[in-house]
Amino acid sequence: MSFTQTLLNGARGTFRPDSLTPMQKMTLRFVVVGLVYYGFAVVEGMIMRMYEITPIDGVGNDQFFAILTAHPLVGIFGSTYSIVFGAFLFLVPFLMKKPLWSIRLGNWTMGLIAVGTLVFWGAGFLSHYAPLYTLYWPLPADFTQFSVVGGTFFVLGIALVMVATVFFVINIFKTITYTPEGFAPQPAGLLLRSALGLTGFNRGRTEHPVSLPVAAIARGTVDTALNAGIILFTGVLILVYMVAALLGYDMRHTAVDALLYKNWFWWGLDLIADGLVLIFVAGTWYLLATLITGKKLYMENIARAALFVEMVVSWTVWSHHLLSDQAQPGMLKVASGEMVTAFELITQGLAFFITLVTLWSARPLKMTAPLRFLLGGLLGFALAVPAGIMQADIGLNRILHNTQWVVGPHVHVAILVGLSMTLYAAIYFLFPILTNGAQLFSEKWTSVHFWAQLVGGIGMGAFMGMAGLSGMLRRSLYVNGEFNTFMVLAALAGSLLLIAFLVFFFNIVLGIGLRGVIGIFLPARTDTKELVPGEA
Amino acid sequence: MVDSSIVLTGQAIAYTLYVLAIMALMAWFGYNVTRSGASTIVRPAVFYSFTGLLVVLGVSLHIITYNTIPWAPMDLNRDSITPDRSFVIGVEHHKFILPSQKLTITCGETVLFDVTSQDLTYGFGLFRQDNSMMFQMQVVPGHRNDILWYFDRPGVYTIRSTEYSGPKGVAMIEKDVIEVVCDHVPQH
Repeated sequence: MSFTQTLLNGARGTFRPDSLTPMQKMTLRFVVVGLVYYGFAVVEGMIMRMYEITPIDGVGNDQFFAILTAHPLVGIFGSTYSIVFGAFLFLVPFLMKKPLWSIRLGNWTMGLIAVGTLVFWGAGFLSHYAPLYTLYWPLPADFTQFSVVGGTFFVLGIALVMVATVFFVINIFKTITYTPEGFAPQPAGLLLRSALGLTGFNRGRTEHPVSLPVAAIARGTVDTALNAGIILFTGVLILVYMVAALLGYDMRHTAVDALLYKNWFWWGLDLIADGLVLIFVAGTWYLLATLITGKKLYMENIARAALFVEMVVSWTVWSHHLLSDQAQPGMLKVASGEMVTAFELITQGLAFFITLVTLWSARPLKMTAPLRFLLGGLLGFALAVPAGIMQADIGLNRILHNTQWVVGPHVHVAILVGLSMTLYAAIYFLFPILTNGAQLFSEKWTSVHFWAQLVGGIGMGAFMGMAGLSGMLRRSLYVNGEFNTFMVLAALAGSLLLIAFLVFFFNIVLGIGLRGVIGIFLPARTDTKELVPGEA
Repeated sequence: MVDSSIVLTGQAIAYTLYVLAIMALMAWFGYNVTRSGASTIVRPAVFYSFTGLLVVLGVSLHIITYNTIPWAPMDLNRDSITPDRSFVIGVEHHKFILPSQKLTITCGETVLFDVTSQDLTYGFGLFRQDNSMMFQMQVVPGHRNDILWYFDRPGVYTIRSTEYSGPKGVAMIEKDVIEVVCDHVPQH
């Protein structure tokens, strides 16, 4: 078969989009959107890596910071939200053994994320609106530096993603608590309590109405909902200033207290980092460990109760982002910034331990792609969480805040190794289920993908960290090549991440073919709420 | 006072050792989980001991740093410390407004930097000649942003904004404007 035929039809012709159920199509659409935006984030990352070494023709400082603004938002909202939401909208009904509450709402969620991300990315690309994701007041409303129109579209794009998030939250909780047509009545209150982890405090209880992975998904979804509320509220505030500017009024920035704003915005943002990422990831580890081993999770009740503790932690942890803000009360710095943050070491450490013991209990295991990537994801968080705990210290934060240390060993290792490899493990596991047994182009390519992602992610984080310890700031530019040795090495490691993505992307595209990709977005032939064909 | 570069070196060594250990553990696990052998479930006592270890590690880090990094208690108690010298610095339109062209400090002085922003959120950091950072803080408009630092060795330092304030903020660098002069090395 020629390359063109393989590219169009897939290597073995094992993928038939006509056979997919509406649920499979919806889930695969999320995955495709997520991977496309992951590609955006990788390319943006490489452009910035090169720009950190030497200026690039056609890219000015304004464009660089516009990319820096869009990059994490595209990565988190466009890519991670898509993949996570798609996977969980499939897994919750799968684990609850009942249909998704609304497939239609699921498709709307996917569409709004896709469009919203494109809108805010495009607004940043065209207008160079660049207040960064932190939006420190009053920078997002500083119209001496940024375009009002560009900013308005930027905020609207983010708002679309947040509306999609609200749809996702509704769909998850309705699916957990509703009684489908033809089913025996289900106890909504008990299901909700179990989903929030409350039944885990009953140590004698061996059976729970909601399985642990669903509880983890529900717990993370609570934080996702609160985060959406904070971002929507902040977006409306910024929009008020933008509309006023468009109408010719110059509103006073001092009407909003910059420190109070920073507190509430970080409270909301940290619900993504500590609620969504840590809890969703822990839930995914538990799920994969039980699916791979076929065994019950080790210390399941403790894990369930820890999810509830993590909810309290994630709501009270934000102040570690304000350890260098001198007007922030010292009590908040010590209690929230240091001590509560230290609990993340405990909750994530327990999830790490529980997952490893569960896997160990079923040895010998075959080193499949899902297991390999799961171990990579565990390693990623084992590296990134302690790095974060170190910078969440009053003494160390004084010399680490806003350096490349924060974004290297902590943020990028957490996302590119911890989070991404966990998501890849889930994708490799779900791929045959979602595609009715379609095959990847090459099994060997999954190994190339694994090693390139692991070495690239850890390598890039390490060299960024070394630069940070040497004084290199994040969110800045060094035009005299002060840190070029570290930046060249980080770029080389980054190029491995690009290779990893391309290998993964083409392994799937050459496996199912471009016609197959298009077929995913065409309406399903069957009108069923089944997850996979012939489920009933 | 212990120099911040020494603290960073200590941190780099400790974290590197941890990284090597955890990578070795995962490599060992990945190899052995595919091999036949005993797969006895870990006893709850081990699990609870591990939990206790995490609690001790998480809390002790902050207790140790509070008692070994001198600027940590100085920062939390700075309202009760009288500085030997103060510099009032303004920031507006992406520009530091210094009280004089050069800020001179004598060895052994505890110095207060009191920085106020008139418009955006900025950062305020002191950097050594090799571009490494000595310390930094955020500069939030509408609030007092002050930091105490004890200088006990000679040096020339650059002020740089450590927070993004738009693309113009990249140029917020006041090169070599702080000089610490020593007649003798103080005992502190």
